[in-house]
Amino acid sequence: MLPESIELQIVTPERHVLQETVQSVEIPGKEGYLGILPGHAPLITELGIGILAYRKGTENHFVTVIHGYAEVLPDRVIVLAELSERAEEIDVERSRAAHDRAQAELAKAGVGGDQWQREKLALDRALVRMQAAARTGATAGGSHQ
Amino acid sequence: MPTLLDYRRRIRSVKSTQQITRAMKFISAAKLRRAQEGVFAARPYAGEILRVMRSAAARMESAAHPLLERRPEEKILVVVLTGDRSLCGAFNTNVIRRAILFIQENSSKKSQMIAIGKKGRDTLRKRGWAIAGEYLNVSAKVDFSIAKEIAGRIAELYAAGEVDAVYAVYNEFKNVMVQNLRTAKLLPIDPGMLDEKSEQKSGMPPTSHAGDESALPHDLSASGKAQLVDYIYEEPVEEIFGGLVPRYLEAEVFRILLESAAAEHAARMTAMDSATRNASDLIDSLTLDMNKIRQASITKELIEIVSGAASATS
Repeated sequence: MLPESIELQIVTPERHVLQETVQSVEIPGKEGYLGILPGHAPLITELGIGILAYRKGTENHFVTVIHGYAEVLPDRVIVLAELSERAEEIDVERSRAAHDRAQAELAKAGVGGDQWQREKLALDRALVRMQAAARTGATAGGSHQ
Repeated sequence: MPTLLDYRRRIRSVKSTQQITRAMKFISAAKLRRAQEGVFAARPYAGEILRVMRSAAARMESAAHPLLERRPEEKILVVVLTGDRSLCGAFNTNVIRRAILFIQENSSKKSQMIAIGKKGRDTLRKRGWAIAGEYLNVSAKVDFSIAKEIAGRIAELYAAGEVDAVYAVYNEFKNVMVQNLRTAKLLPIDPGMLDEKSEQKSGMPPTSHAGDESALPHDLSASGKAQLVDYIYEEPVEEIFGGLVPRYLEAEVFRILLESAAAEHAARMTAMDSATRNASDLIDSLTLDMNKIRQASITKELIEIVSGAASATS
């Protein structure tokens, strides 16, 4: 018998981000997005930087995920992210400011150095936050994309 | 013989000190609560990393990784965790003393250290030991990115063969009154940790006091414990495992940082509590002395008046 829903958990070292019973999940894997439905074969993957989307009832929700691992079981998905935020928690203004700052710093820093890498990460982080916030706003009605 | 005025001044000064210590006590109590929450919040992540790492290790022919590699211990790295500020009883002193003792015990080996916290850094530097890294202002707000940075540095030194073992000397938070001094080996990672059977013994070292363990909101490991699922690995299992080992080290370092920070706040709270109480005692005894002097001077004046009147009438 296939399970009808997935128990989704997202944890980071600093906090427990969410625990929800959902119908489907889309995970930002390192090598591309993975769609997970209930009854998926057990799987372990590394995560990239991206947006995790899940459907609960008719609503779509978005969560940013930055590096980490995901473990998929037929009835559970456990996401171990280094950093993760629900779209509702994101402060768009701050993300935009961080984005602009990172972009400016990135232009100044020499390519490949420590500084460059730090700024690149900051930029990616800000970008993914802004995207998540935008998608939440766009799909507030419920339909997916 | 101090005068009445001297006593008044003294009491006033003790009182203002007491106000400061009392404020510090309350601040530490608030910070302690936050630090404690941090310790609990970090557990599910660390537990899950360990579990996934174990299941990956079980699927590999031999779980090899630079951070698991054992070498004869000739060069050691000691990570010393102290606070940045003082006024926390014997918290910093204890750690430093233990670290010094540890290095002296291992004097046949070449040792380097990483100082976390200003107090430890200052003392170690004064002693002229080799410091491979220092991280200040960590305990005020323990951030995972700092743990990542420290873990990265340790792993780098270890993988490059600069050191053969890494130890951490830190205070473990037991409860508000008790901090346990611990010396833990961070690297090489004990291969026993990767063995599912040793789950009871190893795993996250027991910081537990039964009550708090049950208060842990989401115990992830309980449901998925010790079942060997046949996973599909998106990337080769070795690659996943190779990525997990440093994550595990990061989680360990993060846990130690949190423990130490919680212990520091607890130590400061206890120290400030007893300081506040000492100030109260001091004020009481000073007030008593002051009243005695006041009484003595009144009595003296009365005697003078009475004897003066007696001589006038006679």
